[in-house]
Amino acid sequence: MSRTWADVAYLVAAICFILALKGLSSPKTARNGNLIGAAGAVLAVIVSLTYGDLDHIPLILAAIVVGSVVAVPAARRVPMTAMPQLVALFNGVGGGAAALVAMLELPNATGGFARVAALFTIIVGGVSFAGSAVTFAKLQELMTTRPVTFPGGPFVFSGVLAAALLLSGVVWNADGTTASAGAIGVLVLALLAGVLFVLPVGGADVPVVISLLNAFTGLSVAASGYLLGNTLLLVAGTLVGASGTILTRMMAAAMGRPLTGTLFGAFTATAGPAAAAGPARPVRSAGPEDVAVLLGYARRVVVVPGYGLAVAQAQHALRELVELLESRGVEVVYGIHPVAGRMPGHMNVLLAEANVPYEALREAEEVNPTLAQTDVALVVGANDVVNPAARTDPTAPIYGMPILDVDQAKATVFLKRSMRPGFAGIDNELLYAPGTTLLFGDAKDSLTKLVAAVKNL
Amino acid sequence: MSESIALLTIFVLSVFIGFEVVSKVSTTLHTPLMSGANAIHGVILVGAVIVTGQADSGLGITVGLVAVVLSTINVVGGFVVTDRMLEMFKGRRPAPSERAK
Repeated sequence: MSRTWADVAYLVAAICFILALKGLSSPKTARNGNLIGAAGAVLAVIVSLTYGDLDHIPLILAAIVVGSVVAVPAARRVPMTAMPQLVALFNGVGGGAAALVAMLELPNATGGFARVAALFTIIVGGVSFAGSAVTFAKLQELMTTRPVTFPGGPFVFSGVLAAALLLSGVVWNADGTTASAGAIGVLVLALLAGVLFVLPVGGADVPVVISLLNAFTGLSVAASGYLLGNTLLLVAGTLVGASGTILTRMMAAAMGRPLTGTLFGAFTATAGPAAAAGPARPVRSAGPEDVAVLLGYARRVVVVPGYGLAVAQAQHALRELVELLESRGVEVVYGIHPVAGRMPGHMNVLLAEANVPYEALREAEEVNPTLAQTDVALVVGANDVVNPAARTDPTAPIYGMPILDVDQAKATVFLKRSMRPGFAGIDNELLYAPGTTLLFGDAKDSLTKLVAAVKNL
Repeated sequence: MSESIALLTIFVLSVFIGFEVVSKVSTTLHTPLMSGANAIHGVILVGAVIVTGQADSGLGITVGLVAVVLSTINVVGGFVVTDRMLEMFKGRRPAPSERAK
């Protein structure tokens, strides 16, 4: 294959990627968009294997087979609730691969810009790899989902990053084995920086970080494209870097806080009004039977699913309850907060998997005006997204975040595991309101009991 | 130097395209979009194939092959899992009010 034809094929692949992203932005075209992107990737890999005098082709093909054998079952079998950590994992290995590619190419990189691109790829790819690994551990609950901070944390992080940049300067000037050895040092520092970068991020903010690391990997792939003089890698990486940045900002906006707050919120310690310490205040809790009566004889119910539902994997039990209520003539809709679940839009995926009809899912701004005519708002495993402090208390960390106004409903039922505040770490006044009933327990357990209780009505 | 400028031009134009294509996505699709974008940067596999094919030391080949395995996981897993997610959206309400964010 001639160089020209290879470049044309890469151009076609690049167009496929643009169409893929465009397609993924709209529900009608999303699936086709994804397939177009996959076709572009297949084309690009075939070209890379056939163009240029490459050695070790059998070994490379074997490695591709190994990678596919690992990836396909993982992607096919993982439960939908575990989707965010799988995306984090795939993102991390991509960043790691980019860093390794740059390590190998660095000694061949002549010229200042190419060296800068190589070092940039190593640092950003390394941060993305290690950061994604920590993200994975947090989401998989291999480690605490609370922010991990230690005194001087921000300084250690800045120090490691500065050391990585300093060493990069040395490597930039060095040649031969010195450069290679130095590059290993840069990679190690980048990995450390990646870990320190994600540790202080709290569980609820992790999705934003996945998106940001996704953009990072994109940028490192773009830089490696510059390094290798490969326009396809440059275009594909830049597309992901740019769109990932936009996506990250939209997600942060949906959570009502600036991106810096998400990343460094824990760095600057929680100065906000912490959950008012003091004697426990009275709440009204009830058994499943009482709640079943409330729900079974309501005319209109709005279900607000949240993070806790995803954790308890209770989406199927929830659908069962809703169908049962509907068969009794209760009008039920789901009010979905943009950041409900573990990733923006995750709740929609989870409920779609449980065969909840799409028509029943409503966005917050659609549901809010109807809540005043709603008999019961059933909040399952959500807290911060229904906390009226976001509307009323300018000192609350979540002030300004769009919420579901369930306090407008005639009655509110919370299915909660405990009185522990949400990730924002602030008390929810609504829990103590007279119209509020709490049903404690694991969401799946509670929902199963509610189904049984409603059947007995 | 002119090649550098050509690459820089491509970079800048790609930034604008990247901003443009996702600027009107509904929140419903954030997760699949992120996952799809994730799969696209897996095309670093192309870079891994090229550097491995040009490697001449045992260590170089080994590191290259590791990069090939990792990037294959990224690209193959990414597209498969995105497709699986999107499959569940099929045949439901045609378009959930594509609201500009």
